[in-house]
This record gives sequence, structure tokens and C-alpha cells, in this order.
Amino acid sequence: MLERNKIILLASLVVIFAASRFSSRIDPYYYQIILFAGINVILATSLNLVNGYTGQFSLGHAGFMSVGAYTAGMFTTYASGAWLGALKPLGAFASNSLFFAIALCLGGLAAGLTGLVVGIPSLRLKGDYLAIVTLGFGEIIKVVIENVDTLGGSRGLSVPLGYTNLFWVYAMAAVTIYVIVSLVNSTYGRGFLTVRDDEIAAEAMGINTTKYKVLAFTVAAFFAGIAGGLYAHLTQFINPEGFNFLKSVDIVTMVILGGMGSTGGVVFAAIVLTILPEWLRWLSERPFLPHWLAGLLENRMIPYSLLLILLMLLRPQGLFGGIHFKRKHA
Amino acid sequence: MSGEPEPLLDLRDVTVRFGGLKAVSEFNFRIQHNELVGLIGPNGAGKTTIFNLITGVYRPTSGAILFEGRPVAGKKPYLITKRGIARTFQNIRLFASMSVFDNVRAAFNMQLRHGIHHALWRGRGLAAEEARIQQEAHELLKIFRLDKHAEAACTSLSYGDQRRLEIVRALATRPKLILLDEPAAGMNPTEKTELMELIRFVQEKFSIAVLLVEHDMRVVMGICQRIAVVDYGIKIAEGCASEIQCDPAVIRAYLGVAA
Repeated sequence: MLERNKIILLASLVVIFAASRFSSRIDPYYYQIILFAGINVILATSLNLVNGYTGQFSLGHAGFMSVGAYTAGMFTTYASGAWLGALKPLGAFASNSLFFAIALCLGGLAAGLTGLVVGIPSLRLKGDYLAIVTLGFGEIIKVVIENVDTLGGSRGLSVPLGYTNLFWVYAMAAVTIYVIVSLVNSTYGRGFLTVRDDEIAAEAMGINTTKYKVLAFTVAAFFAGIAGGLYAHLTQFINPEGFNFLKSVDIVTMVILGGMGSTGGVVFAAIVLTILPEWLRWLSERPFLPHWLAGLLENRMIPYSLLLILLMLLRPQGLFGGIHFKRKHA
Repeated sequence: MSGEPEPLLDLRDVTVRFGGLKAVSEFNFRIQHNELVGLIGPNGAGKTTIFNLITGVYRPTSGAILFEGRPVAGKKPYLITKRGIARTFQNIRLFASMSVFDNVRAAFNMQLRHGIHHALWRGRGLAAEEARIQQEAHELLKIFRLDKHAEAACTSLSYGDQRRLEIVRALATRPKLILLDEPAAGMNPTEKTELMELIRFVQEKFSIAVLLVEHDMRVVMGICQRIAVVDYGIKIAEGCASEIQCDPAVIRAYLGVAA
């Protein structure tokens, strides 16, 4: 007997696998956007566990992503000879897939471990203070990478193996969503929400709030690491600047826009915010537009920011925030 | 004293200082199993501080707090709740984003046998346990006649119902002692009468001990088997309602000395 969530996960994995067979027919430009959207879905839904469900404010998600990207990238670059050789009897497809899966797992584990180490001391802080500490962590990671020569320093690191494809990105996105949704929709996972709603009351109900905060932070970091690994093997070149503060803010924007604590909304926002800048670029190139408007749109960040300001004024709880999809109770 | 059974809660010479202020001073107090005890005193006397000491929010500067004979002073609040002390709050602290039902369900968290891997794997064990929790939460709500509001947002309940929900949520942790911090605050006389019945009902139905901090004398005098009076962090009197009412020290603390 399979539980509903598991059936949905398996079905979506099958659909993703089938769809990925046709990925070669997609225009490379669109293909790239689709993959970036998927990676952003992983980043945003995982951050939503911390910022949305658990009510902590982390600004360091790009830092965890970079840990995963560099770990996975270094692994596939330097271990490919030995590992691919050992896995060879499985055939080219299976050995490459397994090798990449291991790389992603290593990236996730390294990021998760970093999340644990950063989380335990810093989660004593609340609100703005936690935001500043996580922001500082992101910068520290960046500076460390910039100064370690084996990681390419500020020149960046090229990752020769472009493993990332439609299947990997969306399979990982599906797994991320499954994990977050399953966690939150259980009595165990309701602990995250109690921490957000009222920490003192949660403690008085026998809930170990520290454990939940650290857990949320670690799980989110793990998936940020997976997203980093996917990103590294998609762009095949990573540099520390790509994981700066602005990247973290981008992910936070997706969470806030979608509605903190609404997985569906955050998935939607991640996709929209990935496509929007590209769509604005396309729009600014239309010949029928007056010159001044085209110029405005060409500078894509202006309409993008305006849109966000408008949304925060009109719907501060986010697009899907505060909407509860009711479930029947026996 | 030797004939008395071992108390459920035993506060021995408990003192807490905040800087130079002695908020609670050498406080001695015992609660027996299934006893309904009141704690009163003028504003700022240290009643809520005593609550916070028992529930682990503060650590006593000196003295010992024993629950079922084992020390709990300075333990983390969630561990103390696991031992069997639950509480409600003076200013209502429900989980505001959740439904009435989920507020109660959330309080079952510490009794869970399943962990994160079960929540993720979602096997049969999880389903069975979640079903059991749902049923128990529902029964609790039914006892307090809140079941018809189960799916409503907890913030949409009336003030009195929110207070009752807090009590239900505390009971969901299966406590041996429940601490009620000013449950009658903001209630009208009818609601207060209902509350008195409710507290007595809780004590009998769940056979637990109740410690009640309350300003409303009618409520305290009406239901408490024993009352302790604190003023400036010092216990000035202890006894049954009639004893307290004519105790000169209590009268002095509340009304002052005649000129």
C-alpha cells in the first residue's frame, strides 16, 4: 500500500523521465531557462522551510549552494578517472548517472554539514540578527573560495562534465518538494510551524525548538547543496561572484513573493522570477515599442523591482500566502 | 509532616534574583497529587515569576524544585513539559497560523514515536500514529465542546474559547500538573462561572493537579482547596479560603495598614 505523497512523487519522476527523452528538441535558449527555473525551484522551496515554515530569516542560501557546487564540481572533475573506471562494468549510461548522483549527494552532504555547523551557534539569534549572521556566513564562504587556489580562486572553476539535464534537475526538484511537503504535513513536521508561530508556547508543549531550527537549517542547506551541484554541471563554470549576496536575496525574493510557508506559491514564484527577466528582455526588443519604453524595459531590473514593490504593497503576504488548502479530517 | 505522601511538586527555599532585585525569596511550597491550589498576590508580587521558575523559563538563583522527587530547576522548558508539567499563558499564546484542531495536534508532538525518517517514508506506522493522534485530539476537543470549531482558524474563536483551547492544548501533553496563568483575565462573570466549573472538571476528569494564578478572588476562593499568598516574592500566608480571608498579613498586603 502506497501513501498518496509517494505515489505523486513516483508518478512525477516517471513523467519527468519520459519528458527528458524529448529535451533535445527544445531550443537551447529555452532549455537553459527551463533548467535554471528547476534549480531555482529547489533553492526556493528548500529556503521556504527555514524562512517560511520555521519563521527564521536566513540570507545565506547562496553560500550553501556554493559549498554544494564546489564540492560536486571538484568531485566530478578530479575523481572521474578512478570512479568512472570502477563503475564502467555497469555501462556508460548507468555509470555516468551513478557517478553524478554520488557527486550531487556529496555536494548536498557537504552543504548540509555546513548548515549544521553554522546553524547550531547562530540559531540562538532571532530575526535581523540571524539574517546578519547568515549574510556574514555567505560572505565568508565567498572570500574563502576566492582565496583558495585549488578551487580556482576568484578566477573560478571550470567543471568539464556537463551532466545536468532536464531529468536530473526536475527529479531533484520533485524530491525536494516531496521532502518539504511530507515533513510539514505530519505531526512531527508541525513542530516547524509551532516554532514560527510562538517559540515560547512550543517549548511549553514539549517541543524542542532548537532541534527543529537546526533541522530546518540543515535540510534546507542540503538541498541548496544539491542545487549547487546541478548548477555547476549545467554552466560548467562556477566562480565565487555567482554565489554572492544578491543570489541569496534572489532566492529570498522568490520565497516572499510566493508566500512564506506556501510550497505551491514558492514553486510558482521561482518559475516566474526565472522567466520574467528573460521575458522583459524579449519585450524590450519589440520594434513597435516607443523608444523610451524599450529603454526602460531593456534595463530589466527597473520593471522587475517595480513589480516587486507593487506586489509588496498590494499583497504583502505573498501571492499564495495565507491560502490554506483544506484537508478533510476523519 | 512525616505522615504526608511525597508531594507532586516541591519548591524548597527557591530564590531568584534579577540583578539586585530579589523577585522570589526563599519560597517553600508543595502541591500534592490531584490537588487544586491557588497562588495569589498583589500585582508584581512574583506569581508569574514562580510559574516561570517551575516551567524552566528562569533558573532559580538558589533552592530546589522537585517534581515527583526529581529536580527540574533550570531544565529546559520542553524537558519539563515532558516530565508532566503543562501550562497556559497570561496573554494567550496559541499557534496563530493553525486551525483549532492543529493547535491540539501540535501538542502531541512530544509523544510521537515516529521521527523524521517516518515522516519522510510515510509508511503504515506513520499513518496509524497520525490517525490515533487525530482521534485523541478530536476527543479532547469534544470534551470541551470545541469540536464544532475544529477546522476554524484558532484566532477566530471568542476570547473565552481561546482560553479553553489553551487548556485543551496543555492537556494534550498529558500532564500530571497543569499551571493556569490568570485564566479568568478578561472574562465576564458568566464566563468566569463556567471557567470555575471547567477547572474543577479538568482536575477530576483527568485526575491532575492544578496550580492557579488568578486575580479574581471569586474564582480563587470558590474552587481552590488551598491558597498561597505571595507579596514581594515572599509567601505571607497559606491555607484554605476562609483562613486566607481573615489573615491579617494578607489584608495588609492587599489593603495596606490602617493609619
